[in-house]
Amino acid sequence: MSEDVIKVEGLTKIFNHSLKAVDHISFTVKQGEIFGFLGPNGAGKTTTINMLITILKPTEGKATILGSDIAHQSNEVRSSIGLVPQEYTADDDLTGYENILLCADLYGIPRGTSKKRAMELLQLVELTEFKDKKVQTYSGGMRRRLELACGLINRPKVLFLDEPTLGLDVQTRAATWNYIKTLKKEFGMTLFMTTHYLEEADSLCDRIAIIDHGKIVVIGTPTELKDSLGGDIITLSIQKDTDITPLIKKIVHVKEAKKDNGSYMIKSESGEVTAPLIIEALRKENHVVTRLSLTKPTLNEVYLEYTGKSMRDAADENKESGMAQRMMMRRAH
Amino acid sequence: MTQSNGNSKNKLHGIWALTNRELKKWYKAPAVFILTLIQPIIWLGLLGNALNLGSLVGGSSIQFPAELAQQFTPSQLSALQKFFDGLGPQILQGAFGTTSYISFMAVGMIAFTALFTTMFSGMSVVWDRRLGFLNKVLSTPVSRSVIILSKVFSATLRSMFQASIILLIAIPLGFKVGLAFTPLSILGVYAFLFLICVGLSSLFIAINIRSTRIETPMAVMNLLNLPLTFASSAFFPIDRMPGWLQAVANANPLSYTINGMRQLLINDTIDYSALALQYAYVGVFAAVLTTIGIVLSWRYLNK
Repeated sequence: MSEDVIKVEGLTKIFNHSLKAVDHISFTVKQGEIFGFLGPNGAGKTTTINMLITILKPTEGKATILGSDIAHQSNEVRSSIGLVPQEYTADDDLTGYENILLCADLYGIPRGTSKKRAMELLQLVELTEFKDKKVQTYSGGMRRRLELACGLINRPKVLFLDEPTLGLDVQTRAATWNYIKTLKKEFGMTLFMTTHYLEEADSLCDRIAIIDHGKIVVIGTPTELKDSLGGDIITLSIQKDTDITPLIKKIVHVKEAKKDNGSYMIKSESGEVTAPLIIEALRKENHVVTRLSLTKPTLNEVYLEYTGKSMRDAADENKESGMAQRMMMRRAH
Repeated sequence: MTQSNGNSKNKLHGIWALTNRELKKWYKAPAVFILTLIQPIIWLGLLGNALNLGSLVGGSSIQFPAELAQQFTPSQLSALQKFFDGLGPQILQGAFGTTSYISFMAVGMIAFTALFTTMFSGMSVVWDRRLGFLNKVLSTPVSRSVIILSKVFSATLRSMFQASIILLIAIPLGFKVGLAFTPLSILGVYAFLFLICVGLSSLFIAINIRSTRIETPMAVMNLLNLPLTFASSAFFPIDRMPGWLQAVANANPLSYTINGMRQLLINDTIDYSALALQYAYVGVFAAVLTTIGIVLSWRYLNK
């Protein structure tokens, strides 16, 4: 079953009549998918997520979640989604357990049900023994897990995670993702997440969209995105100073070969197969390979390819008002 | 779908949960709670004594100059002494409606505390926004007006609790109820407090609702709070103020609240038509501002 859970068509948000934070984006998220939403600061991620969770009204376009329109049926949408926000929103002065019950009350879940669910969720995120401690005594990882539990109290069909591992150490990040994967399996949810950790997005997400300057620049599975760069990169040098590019171009899998400052840059699918073939072919022509390296593209390369290498100012992530000043050229694609 | 989630369809769901959250932040944090108890003691003890206008005119402190005293016989002198001694309380009665300034002041203090409590609870909207809690709540099916109403109710409950503490503390400090006082008057006082707190906290929430920073609303509220306090009958009777100030004080809903509460608590007779007007004025103030608060919450919480 691959029903579209989130459908977005031409969604646009213009702030103050001039600032296009999100510019006619369209995409769909399928049932049970983990959908990653990546982009530089101020690219429109937060604005998009805020529209989908019904706290911002779109200026134009349409989006539905499980068939309910985010603008006109917001209460239906709100009941069927969960949110794990970027910030720690749990109340310091209340205990973990009280915080979960508070979340439950916001969904109007009857007390009997919510107590049972709260205990189950605390068990799941391994906070049971701290449930009666005030949240101010919790560590960052524990708070994150509490946010997760709160986001799941209404058994959401779609869970929105906004930078769920921001500011956590490597161990806690890995643990958090394990919880998220377990929870997803347990409840069969669809996940929509933003993150800055590209290797995490690569290993977790079924599909990824990269947004920049309010527009989706590319969308696909991590493998598709990496392949779109033209495959692996083999760099090699030879002893003699003759141009061997025509020779290399004849080899299967090789897509592109360039001479660059005495070394050769070769783009190829499955580089680990191609590299020995190249060495073999060159030896037959009496060329001696002095140096060879093989790079597999990561999501980092994909990200930089599509969003450019220039830094963005991080200050206005929430308002995304910095956008207007950022008229920097993206690398031509 | 909502049914299968076990979610309720009640429009006001979550109101107690959110109100209780605010209250818990107060009564579960011992330092904050104790401070709210100590604050009225300090105010009453300090202001009640430092500003004791009663001592200016009361007491037997009047000593006749020797040359003046020579002109009277001792019996004439003691009659005069009696006359002047009685003058103080009469002036007090005339100006404050009671001979006990601390009683006059305690009622003003109740309103003053209500003003401060509602002011600070108004600022919590800004914190909720900054900490991301507001966005979290907005993504749930809680009604937008419930978010505002819960703030209003928690501020109101806190103020009413503090008012009770002030009255209890004022008794050992010399608070005297008027002849017209009945246990029912206490209910009347709470009704006044409820209305003014609902109105004031709606006002302060409306000021704060768009802010993402705390400084601007702070400045606005500091600007509002002095005229609201001192251009009212809280510490000084209105009819002794200059004309222009009287005009301000007579429009100030705090004056109506305080005058009404004084009628119920410390006056010897109750003017029921005045009392009705006082309830009506404060009631309309509360209704108008709550409506404004809810309308603004719909506007600014649904961007």
